[in-house]
Parts: sequence; C-alpha cells; structure tokens
Amino acid sequence: MSAIFPDVGASHAAGLPKAHNPILSLQRREMLPSPSDWTFELIETYHAEIERMAKQFGLDTFPVQLEVITASQMIDAYASVGMPVNYRHWSFGKQYITSEKSYRRGHMGLAYEVVINSNPCIAYLMEENTLPMQALVMAHACYGHNSFFKGNYLFRMWTDASSIIDYLVYAKAYIAECEEQHGLDAVEELLDSCHALMNYGVDRYQRSQKLSLAQEEVLRKERESYLQQQVNDLWRTLPRSVEKQVEKSSQRFPADPQENLLYFIEKNAPLLDPWQREIVRIVRKVAQYFYPQRQTQVMNEGWATFWHYTLLNALYDEGALSDGFMMENLRSHTNVVFQPPLTHPGFQGINPYALGFAMFTDIRRICEQPTLEDKHWFPDLAGSSWRETIDHAMRNFRDESFVGQYLSPKVMRDFRLFSILDHAADPTFKVSAIHDESGYRHVREALARQYDMSTQEPNIQVWNVDVRGDRALTLRHGQHNNRPLNDEVREVLKHVGRLWGFTVRLESVDQHGKVIKHWEVAPLPHRNARA
Amino acid sequence: MLQQVIDRRLSGKNKSIGNRERFLNRYRKQIREAVHGAISGRSIHEIEQGENITLPRRDVSEPVFGHGSGGNQERVYPGNQEYVRGDQIARPPGGGAGSGSGPGAGQDGDGKDDFEFRITREEFMQYFFDDLALPHLLRTQLLPNVPEWKSHRAGFISEGNPTNLHVVRSMRKALSRRIAMGGDVTRQLLQLNQLLEAMLRDAKCSPDEICAVKAEIESLQLRLQKIPFLDPFDLRYRNRVKTPLPASRAVMFCLMDVSGSMNESRKDMAKRFFILLYLFLTRHYEKTDVVFIRHHTQAAEVSEDEFFHSTESGGTVASSALILMHQVIQKRYSPSEWSIYGAQASDGDNWLQDSAKCRALLVEKLLPVSRYFAYLQVAEESQTLWEEYSLVQKSQPRFAMQKVTDASGIYPVFRELFKKRSAA
Repeated sequence: MSAIFPDVGASHAAGLPKAHNPILSLQRREMLPSPSDWTFELIETYHAEIERMAKQFGLDTFPVQLEVITASQMIDAYASVGMPVNYRHWSFGKQYITSEKSYRRGHMGLAYEVVINSNPCIAYLMEENTLPMQALVMAHACYGHNSFFKGNYLFRMWTDASSIIDYLVYAKAYIAECEEQHGLDAVEELLDSCHALMNYGVDRYQRSQKLSLAQEEVLRKERESYLQQQVNDLWRTLPRSVEKQVEKSSQRFPADPQENLLYFIEKNAPLLDPWQREIVRIVRKVAQYFYPQRQTQVMNEGWATFWHYTLLNALYDEGALSDGFMMENLRSHTNVVFQPPLTHPGFQGINPYALGFAMFTDIRRICEQPTLEDKHWFPDLAGSSWRETIDHAMRNFRDESFVGQYLSPKVMRDFRLFSILDHAADPTFKVSAIHDESGYRHVREALARQYDMSTQEPNIQVWNVDVRGDRALTLRHGQHNNRPLNDEVREVLKHVGRLWGFTVRLESVDQHGKVIKHWEVAPLPHRNARA
Repeated sequence: MLQQVIDRRLSGKNKSIGNRERFLNRYRKQIREAVHGAISGRSIHEIEQGENITLPRRDVSEPVFGHGSGGNQERVYPGNQEYVRGDQIARPPGGGAGSGSGPGAGQDGDGKDDFEFRITREEFMQYFFDDLALPHLLRTQLLPNVPEWKSHRAGFISEGNPTNLHVVRSMRKALSRRIAMGGDVTRQLLQLNQLLEAMLRDAKCSPDEICAVKAEIESLQLRLQKIPFLDPFDLRYRNRVKTPLPASRAVMFCLMDVSGSMNESRKDMAKRFFILLYLFLTRHYEKTDVVFIRHHTQAAEVSEDEFFHSTESGGTVASSALILMHQVIQKRYSPSEWSIYGAQASDGDNWLQDSAKCRALLVEKLLPVSRYFAYLQVAEESQTLWEEYSLVQKSQPRFAMQKVTDASGIYPVFRELFKKRSAA
C-alpha cells in the first residue's frame, strides 16, 4: 500500500522549475475538458492520456484497475493496511476507530489515493476528489507507484504481485475457519503474539516462493503433517545413548543465530498445534510482503511524485491541460512536497515525498544540466540519459543505498540538512556536520544510516534453545551504539513466551559480547498444551 | 493498460465491521463499566445515545521491540539556520527532538493520551440490555425506533402481487371490457343474422348474396373470438395501505423511597428499572410523560435530578407517595386519555400500620385506573410492605412485584408485563 496524504496545514508555494521534455516533440493537442467534477468517461479519457504519456517515457507497469470508493471505504482500506481483503483482528478495528476519529475532527486529511502492489495494480480513487486531483492520483499511483512495484529489486525479490490478493483471501478464510474451530479468543491471542513479532518475521536474505491459492492449500496440508513430525523428532525425550547425549548437549541449537523469530517459532516451537503454526506463517508472509515498502519509502514516494509531476507537465506542455487544471495540480503537488524545517511546529521528520522528489528531480538535472560540482561528485551521471539513469536508480536501490549513492550537495543545501550527534553521556547535543564542503559526505552517510532498517529496529535474534534441559528459548539483543531497548520488552517477551510455551530469556549484549541486561519471562499457562 | 474503472461506492460498506466487533469484544469489561457509569449519570429521557469510551492507552497498545531513549545516535534534520559544525545545543527538556524516536516524536507525543472513541446508540443499548439479561426477542422489539403500523384495505388497484388478486373484480372488469369491445360487432352480427334469416326465407335471393352475408358473419364471429377473455388490463388487486397506529399517550409514575436506607447501588437498580419501563413505553406510545415522586415520611413530586441524586433520611411512609400519585392522576392525567403506568421502588422498609393502607390504596384507587403497576423491592429481606403486596398480587392481574438484588433480576418483572400485553 502506498498513499499520498494532503498536507493540511501547509500552503507553501515553492517555485518549482518547470519540467523540460526535450525527448518529446511538442505537438499541440486539443485541450481536454476540465470541469471540476469527474465522471467515469472523463476518468477514462484522462487515464488514456496519462497512459499514452507514460508509454512515451517508457514506464513499465502492471495493468491498472481503478476503483472509485467513498471516504468511509477509504478508512476501511486504512484499517486493513490498504489491502482489499484481510483477516479479522481487533487491532484493525482499533486502527479504523483511530482514523475515523481524526478524519471527523479534521486532524487528518484522508489519503487522496491508495494503491495496492498487485497484478493488476489496484488504485482507489476517492469520490470526493475533483477531476484534477483524480488525474494527479492516476499519474501518481497507476504509473508512478505501479512502475516502482514492478521494477524495484526488493519488490521483485520479496513480493509476488499476482498472488498477494489470492493469498490474503486464503488467509482470511483460513483464520475465519480457525476462529470457528478453536474459538475467537484462542485465535486472537495467537494473532496478538504474532503481531508483536511481526517486524521480526521477515527473511532478509532469502528468496520467497510464489504460490497460487490452490497450491497453497495443498502445500499447507502437507506442511502441517510434516512439520509436526519434525517438531516431535526434535523434542523426542528418550535419550538414544549416553554418549550421544553428551555430544549433543555441547552443541548449540540453532547452530547459527536466527533473525527471523516467527520463522523459527513456526518451525520449532514445541507446543504449537498445526493450525497455530499455519497462522504464524500467515502473519510472517504478510510481514514479508510489506517488508520492501518499509525500506523504500523515500524512493517509492519520490518516484511516484516525480512522475505525476513530469507526466502532467508534459501533458500541459502539449496543450492538453487547461491552466486552471494545472494550477490545482501544482497546488496539491506543492502541499505534498512541503518540507517543514526542524523549528516548524508541524515538523514530523523528513518528508519522504519531498526528499524523494527532490532527489529524482536533481538526478535529472545532473544528467541534463550538470554544474562543475556535479561533474566532480557524479562524473558518471553528468551528461548521461536521465531516463536511463533514474530507471537504474529506481530498480536497484533502497532508501539507504539510494541516499548514500545519489544525495547531491545541491539537495543537501536546498534542504539545509545538518546532523546532530546525541551521546547519552554528553550534557549537550553536538552538531556533527552541516551542508557545507566539509560536511556533505558526513551528512549523506548519516542520513543513509538513518534509513537503514538495522538502526531503526533493535537487532534481536534467536540465540539458543536449551533442548535437553528446560526448553528455554534465549534471544539476544545486540546493542547498537549503546541504545537500550524500550519499556515494552517484557510485554513482547510474554508474547514470545505464549508462542514458545516455555521460559523465554532475552539478553542485551554490548559490542564486546558482554551481557549487560537480562530479562526472563515464565511461560503463560498454555491453553493448547499437550500432555 | 486500463482494465476497467470499477464503481465500488455502493458495495462493501462497513468492511471492517468484524474488526470493530472484535475490538469492542476485547474491551467488553471497560466498555460495560463506562456504560454503567453513563446510565447513572444520564437522565432517563436521554438514555438512548452513544457514549464516549476512554480506554487507557496502555491497555490498547500493541507492544513491539523498539529502541528506548539513551545511547548514542546521530540524526539528520532539515532546515538548518544558524548552526555550524561543532556547535553545542542544549538538550531540550523532556527529550524532544533528537532523543529516541526522532521523526516519530510527534506521534509519540500524541500517544500519551488515552484512547478515546465513541460507541453508537445501538451498541450502547446492547451493553445496557446485556446487563439486564434481556432476551434477544425483546431487544429487537425495543431497539428499532419506528412506530407500529397497521395495514388497512384501501380499495383496488391495477398492480399488485398475485396473492392480492381479487378474482371477482377482475372477472367483472373483463366482462365489461368484452361487452364494450364486442358491442358494435355483436350488434352488426345480430342485424346480419336477421338479414340472413330473411334472405333464406326469401326465395328471390341468389346463393351468391347469401354466401357473402355468411362470409361476413363468419368474419365478425372471428373478430368476436379474438377479443381476449381475460386481459392483464382487467386484473384488479386488493390494495393495502399502512397507517401508523394511533398511539395514545402514556404517563409513567416513578415512585421511590429515598429514606436513609436507600443507598446508591439500590437507587441505581431502581433507575435501571425505570429506564427499562420508560424505553418500553416510548416504543408503544407517541407521547410518554414521566412523573417522579419520592417519599420518606412525606411525598413530593420532584425533578428527575432531585429524584435520583438527593438523599434524605428519616422514616418511611409509603402510602404518602401513593396518595400523591392518585392526586396527580386526578389533577392532570385523566385515565380516559392517558394510559397510566406505575412503578414503585423501595427497600421494603415501611411503617407497620402503613403497609395495609398502601394495599388498600393500591387495590381501591390506583389499580382500577392503571394499565399496570410494578413494585420492585431492591433488598432481600421480606418486610411488611412485601407481605401486604403479595396479597395484592394474587387477586390483581395488573400488578407485578419482584425482589431484585442485582440488575439482571429486573427483567422478570418485565416478563410479567409483556405476557399481559401479548395476551391483551
């Protein structure tokens, strides 16, 4: 899912340079009708024009499916993390209540659009939007995000656009079936625990499988019986021989630390029933599906914003769009890419739309009109084809590497970026670098690190299981820059304990490998405990 | 390529209703407490509204592993105005920018509030009914806010469903249509037949002429046959229209003992009983008045607020309230125009001699003019009033009484009430 949010408070009219389209022959076209109310015919007309323009720029996309929805359906879509179907859980109800409340009070504008990484690519248009806004949304979602979903390596590697809807339909049906068989409460508890570990349910370095609904169903049945057998083997308590036992006990399990906690639990938790393992798996799969989105926010939004801006300007240059139409689009656009400075009351961190848009625009500028500075910093980019260059950037990077590779001194100056060092031991913050000659590299590295998932989330891995003893599970938190864990640790550990069924320990380890903090949670009474 | 534009606006509304149910279910206990609080705080007239529910943020949080504050970190911010490398910035009090979450700080700030949301009128009433252990059938009777309808015959119409087809009317229509349509033809046929007879008698007529007339007769008969026996146009259906039931006016007398022994929880139970009766009456009558009479040794008609929220002390003379009720009826609510309902709540404490007087008042003056009178004793022990009223119950069908020690006991009183209504 991805969405443009209108920036309610901001009305910053940045003077954006108008896009130049040297590769397009400027052939005047007839102006399209531009009333402010949309109709289905007009949407199709505009879509056809935008599509033609996108083809001209060579954007490669999934087929598009546009769906017109109401505001309350948009809130519905939020509640199920943007997906058209999802399994039922109270947390989505909470999400709905929160969104609806802030929407009613006017705290939050609804996203103008939600687009789903599926094949065909489903984009929601809200009925309240004006026609220019619908056009902007189509250019942004159906051609910007859509081509990003199709092209970016993380999405290609981790998500399968053609099977996600099928999978969610399967997940919803399966979980509903479990609710019937095992009771709402049992399923809810399990999902709560899985959600607590959702961020630790992703593989970072493996290829996931692509499966259709039918195959998934067949494989599940096989998996259930096989898995249970494996688990039983692992926990077989009859010692085969004394020697072997001694040998075994010196061996660690797992042999290497495991970063995918949910995967480890699904495969190895001693007390889970087959249906519980399947639900753990479903949550893990959904987490994996959203994993690329979390890593490419700046790029994805920047790319989509860059393309709605470029496509609509190209249409305007052809004479297809009226001045009023374009003015409204530019107004929405400037609201979206507004970056309030740190001192602004509305400051909420770096706006990914603003940064991403500025970077892609700047890459194009470097290709087309490089300055001396650009030639020094980006010798390969200066003078190359901008289309190929940004396409390469879109396909092969994620936020961290994208910033590290392409953040130019000009963008840093425009944003007036500076980095602040916060050492817990120091009484003050220290400005470590600013947007000047000596600071560019430092700021760029710091910002790239900031987008690295490993600095955003604590690094917690499965360290050891006491297979022959009390079956306790030990997790290890490798401290990064001495940053401690938050206060929710004990609560999360209770969830781990519920899944694992036995004692769970967590050790915080500093960079020298010394355990500096230690938590332990006894298992909750397990309703499905086997004798 | 565009596959299609789909209009989803009419389909799939309230997709996340199941999620909301699960959410409400999870916080059932807290919501029930909030509803409980709201009931004692609300006026009887305003009972049917939604309610804001506040849950502690801690209860609704979904814990995840995350970084706490502290440690060393470096963050990049936009909008530098004055700083150069090496500047020292004083730590803002209470964390602020740079500590912990950085960009998420704004959200975390909001996160300290309690989680507040609103339940709808229906959901509120559900929780209210849950407490009273009200069966589902009744809930549906009480919940919809529509007047009762009665359907009347209202003549005949030309469109309707087959069950309402009126055969006699339809056949009559068909007959008259056939007569009207065939009138001319029949007349001509008659003339031609007469002519034919005359021609047959007359020897001068040539066979050709006779044949011609015969052919004409045949063609006219064919025309007659072609007139359909029954045309869709003839069909007549009984028409029924719904008219709202002419609901009369009702007045509800709430009588309550406010002597020192009536504590808050007893009053709360009494209030729930009054609310339920009120809800029931507003469903059945267009206009429902409520009269609040409280009493200790003397009775007084008071406002609702005083009724529930002021405490008095001293002894109890229950008959004073019954006398006042009788006076009010005589003065303002003529039994011919108003349906009168009485509801008395007390802990059963009464002066010894007074209880017999209460019974006499009830049987002789009040019950004859009332549709229904309910007595609710919100305490366990049997006292004189209970014993006296037990005698009334045997002889009077319009009287119900019940001892209640918690809210779910209130409903049986109502079961009595509904039983009588359905029998009537």
